[in-house]
Amino acid sequence: MPEGMQRLWRTFFDVDQILAVLPELLAVGVPNTLLLALIAVVIGSCLGLVVAMMLISRSASVRLPARAFVDVFRGLPVILTIYLVGQGLPIAGIRIFGGNSYAYAALALGLIEAAYISEIFRSGIQSVERGQMEASRSLGLSYFETMRWVIVPQGIRRVLPALTGQFIHIIKGSSLVYLLGLLPDQREIFSIASDAAHISGTLSPLVAAGMVYLCLTIPLTYAVNAFDRRLREGERPLSEPAPAVAPAPAHQS
Amino acid sequence: MVSHRPSVGVRTEGITKAFDRNPVLRDITLTVDPGTTTCIIGPSGSGKSTFLRCVNRLEEPSSGRIIIGDEDITRAGTDIDAVRSRVGMVFQGFNLFPHMTVLRNITLALTRVKRMPTDEAVHVAEAQLDEVGLLDMKDRRPAQLSGGQQQRVAIARALAMRPQVMLFDEATSALDPELVKGILEIMKRLAKSGMTMMVVTHELRFAREAAHQVVFLDRGRMIERGPPQQMFNAPASARLKEFLSQML
Repeated sequence: MPEGMQRLWRTFFDVDQILAVLPELLAVGVPNTLLLALIAVVIGSCLGLVVAMMLISRSASVRLPARAFVDVFRGLPVILTIYLVGQGLPIAGIRIFGGNSYAYAALALGLIEAAYISEIFRSGIQSVERGQMEASRSLGLSYFETMRWVIVPQGIRRVLPALTGQFIHIIKGSSLVYLLGLLPDQREIFSIASDAAHISGTLSPLVAAGMVYLCLTIPLTYAVNAFDRRLREGERPLSEPAPAVAPAPAHQS
Repeated sequence: MVSHRPSVGVRTEGITKAFDRNPVLRDITLTVDPGTTTCIIGPSGSGKSTFLRCVNRLEEPSSGRIIIGDEDITRAGTDIDAVRSRVGMVFQGFNLFPHMTVLRNITLALTRVKRMPTDEAVHVAEAQLDEVGLLDMKDRRPAQLSGGQQQRVAIARALAMRPQVMLFDEATSALDPELVKGILEIMKRLAKSGMTMMVVTHELRFAREAAHQVVFLDRGRMIERGPPQQMFNAPASARLKEFLSQML
């Protein structure tokens, strides 16, 4: 093997280094990454839905604050937002989570994702045909009930693939919480690998982290796509629209 | 079809509607007697759909009053959702909820608007589906039905609410010709049962056979109205004569 290749191999693919860091990556890093990502997904999806509804409001006093929120949190570098929320809030006296930087980190990620997700939801909601709103309203459902039962469920289904991208974004984005300084058992995948890399002087632990990230993100993509496909196939028209005997629903989905 | 409440009349008084500054409806005053069917005909762009959509305020009239029964529904403070729950509407494009089964399409408003318990709502919905001959489709998704079946479900969905008035907005225009008849049959049965109906349609034969009153709109104005025999056999205005000659 040429000298350059050997150095490359030692730096990034040192099997001993990779095997050494893997147990901690899996035992400590994966649960923390998943927990951070889950909290951020929940905050991002719930807040994102509220912001999306505000974005399509006719009233400027409702729409403009939402617009500002999206523009700011999408426009700022993630690192700055994490510092602003994780250190800025406590300094400003808003110590909602005490000194727990983990929680601030999750909140910061949630806010950033809410900004992105709200735009995804908005585009989905607005893609639902106007006739759906009219049919529901003509039955006597209120605007909010129509949103709840008719428009939002359809809108979200249409943007599932885009949401997957966002969820992957969250999993990777959780690596930035190391900026706030975590306790050893709070460290997520990237922090652990980064610490190990500093100690060993090679980048192999980071490659190990990369492999673990791929093991999380790729199955997620396939899982959501499979779910998406199932939803679509459930709506597929049958070739013969009016058979006398309806086949059992199990055959269709 | 005996599925509706005692029918009420509809009266519009001086309805005008402008989009931006373009007037699309000018001063339309019309009375629909309880239990009768009024067909609204006219060339495309005449404002007939807009007029119908003003009746349940899917379009807000720019001015004028709409009285359903003895309630002025254009008055400030009107609970428009409550009014709409008593005024059924059927659309050209069916507008079934594609993410719900046929049955759920019908029970949604029963449970959410009428606060019916689920089992009662299912019972009402199934009875209504049976009446349009689609009970065995209740677990299907709308996309699995033909256009005619979808429109029958849409009619069942509206009728399940026990409306006092039914509005049909070109209900057969999006259907393949062979499916039109079935829908018109249901509408005729409904008209005969004493439902108050306002029907925007291009089906002049339906208007002739089922309507008590025919209204001809052109460019936002009501040009002529009267019983079908008079409108079709002895049209008074040149515009209606021209329209009828083009339609036949």
